[in-house]
Amino acid sequence: MRHRSLASFGVLLVAIAVIAVATHRVAGQTAAPASGKPAPAAQGTKKWTAPRTPDGQPDLQGYWTNSTYVPLERPDKVTKAFYTEQEFAAVVKDAAAREAEQTEPGTVADVHYDFTQFGLDRSQSAFVKSDLRTSMIVDPPNGKMPPLTTEGQKRAADRAAERRRAGATTDAVQNMPVGTRCLIMAGSGPPMMNAGYNSNYQIVQGAGYVMILVEMIHDARIIPIDNRASLPDNMRQWMGDSRGHWEGDTLVIETTNLNGKNPFRGSSEKMKVTERISRLDANTLSYRFTIDDPATWSAPWTAEAPMTKSVGPIFEHACHEGNYGVRNTLAGARREEKEAAEAAAKKTSN
Amino acid sequence: MRTGFRAPLLAAATLAVVFGVMPGAAQAPYRAARAADGKANLNGIWQALNEAEWDIEGHSAAPGRVQALGAEDAVVPGLGIVEGGPLPYLPAAAAKKKANFEKRLTSDPEIKCYLPGVPRAMYLPQPFQIIQSQKHIMMAFQYGGAIRTIYMDEHTDAPADSWMGWSNGHWEGDTLVIDTTGFNDLSWFDRAGNFHSDALHVVERITPASADLLNYEATIDDKKVFSRPWKISMPIYRRKDKGARLLEFRCVEFVEDLVYGALRKPGTRAQQ
Repeated sequence: MRHRSLASFGVLLVAIAVIAVATHRVAGQTAAPASGKPAPAAQGTKKWTAPRTPDGQPDLQGYWTNSTYVPLERPDKVTKAFYTEQEFAAVVKDAAAREAEQTEPGTVADVHYDFTQFGLDRSQSAFVKSDLRTSMIVDPPNGKMPPLTTEGQKRAADRAAERRRAGATTDAVQNMPVGTRCLIMAGSGPPMMNAGYNSNYQIVQGAGYVMILVEMIHDARIIPIDNRASLPDNMRQWMGDSRGHWEGDTLVIETTNLNGKNPFRGSSEKMKVTERISRLDANTLSYRFTIDDPATWSAPWTAEAPMTKSVGPIFEHACHEGNYGVRNTLAGARREEKEAAEAAAKKTSN
Repeated sequence: MRTGFRAPLLAAATLAVVFGVMPGAAQAPYRAARAADGKANLNGIWQALNEAEWDIEGHSAAPGRVQALGAEDAVVPGLGIVEGGPLPYLPAAAAKKKANFEKRLTSDPEIKCYLPGVPRAMYLPQPFQIIQSQKHIMMAFQYGGAIRTIYMDEHTDAPADSWMGWSNGHWEGDTLVIDTTGFNDLSWFDRAGNFHSDALHVVERITPASADLLNYEATIDDKKVFSRPWKISMPIYRRKDKGARLLEFRCVEFVEDLVYGALRKPGTRAQQ
């Protein structure tokens, strides 16, 4: 495997998010049918039998990636749930070209290195090629999040006002996105979204637990497989409190007790996330999640983002320890302010 | 006082049970509970219970680093976990250890929420969890979300240096032996400034001693810093608290103003 950089690319991550590769993408998905739309049938393959761990659990272990070009919401101009293979190929080609654009000298101002040089972009790494969906969201059937509740709208407005009040992202580290600060990234969730790069996971199963190691910021989700109670309501965490159980060969994870500091698309801390993970075949995991947050959305909604086999090992992502991005961004802004002040003083004295 | 006389006996009896030792009676070695694959089962939530975090060598109580924190920041005394001693520092390294100690308030990587390295992760005063499969044994630490992956097959050399090192493991009977290299030179062993270089080589031996006790020992070799290899040893206990689980100690958030505060725009308000 390509060894990923030890340094933090938090700032780069933000850049990738902004570039927002116009994702559409692929797939002869054999996963669970979504919202009445029959999934394409497995093509001429014999029935898959999920392997078992020595203690008899369905075996989800291995290295996986959810790197994808499929957007959470269906693009406005798209009216169907699946692309054809040809359409998908075109979408990937277009997206890969956009990712590569940064490498062309002079095409993006002030970028002196970029992720394509490190093989971090999606098109150079393993990504999910079997998913032809036009959106991750499968319910509602239009591929869009349900309308925000009045409370959800007010919260979004309040958060925007608070960001404006706090000032520029370059004023203080606390004004920066949580990913840039190496606090948490999209890959951890829950729900676990593709992180733009390094969207890699390692699943290890021990007695009574399933552990999902998220490469980004070495976040380990440790899911107890028992009927324990959730944490008391006053105990809140960035990744919440997750508890799992098996339904047949599907691992079902329920998460509550989120601290609300890393809202997912405007969610509240009352959000409950239910994730369902199962093996579709040797190389594919079905990953489906339902967001239930009546304080934010008028109805629960569900999305699918399958994972494909990746290569290991997963190397240490010491994000905070190597976070020169935050330091340099702040130092650069202070320097610019100082120079501007000196220039203004000079102008006045002239 | 009479009742006071019985308490030590009771304590000794309790200890004997905890440590699986029957005084005066020869006993077969403890046979560990089995995981589903037949190996010793190390799964669980564990924690060392000692004062090595302050100083891996034996040390008396001492004032803390921050006067305002008073007794809460004071050094808790401990017998240490180093076998023999003192630590065999090379002359230049001994001077560096002394300098580290003097500037420990600003230089200890733990102050900045950096990854703890090995073996420090094993005796931090926070729990860790072992998730054991055949190919990988994971150690997940509450402190900073640190992670160790022990590769039980497909042993390779460290592909690059890292904070937590590169660990290859194998079983010798019921003992998990972990050979770890590929460290950077940035982590410390404790708050007293004991340190290592990127030549650090740690060989750990973890042996179940009873259902709730692991015997832990490690040989530390670092030719750039020490004149000979040396050993640490300590028990590690199972956390038996009802509903025991790792909680988040995502400490980056707590050190942002410490690390970046000097670069904050003048006039903006620091976080509480």
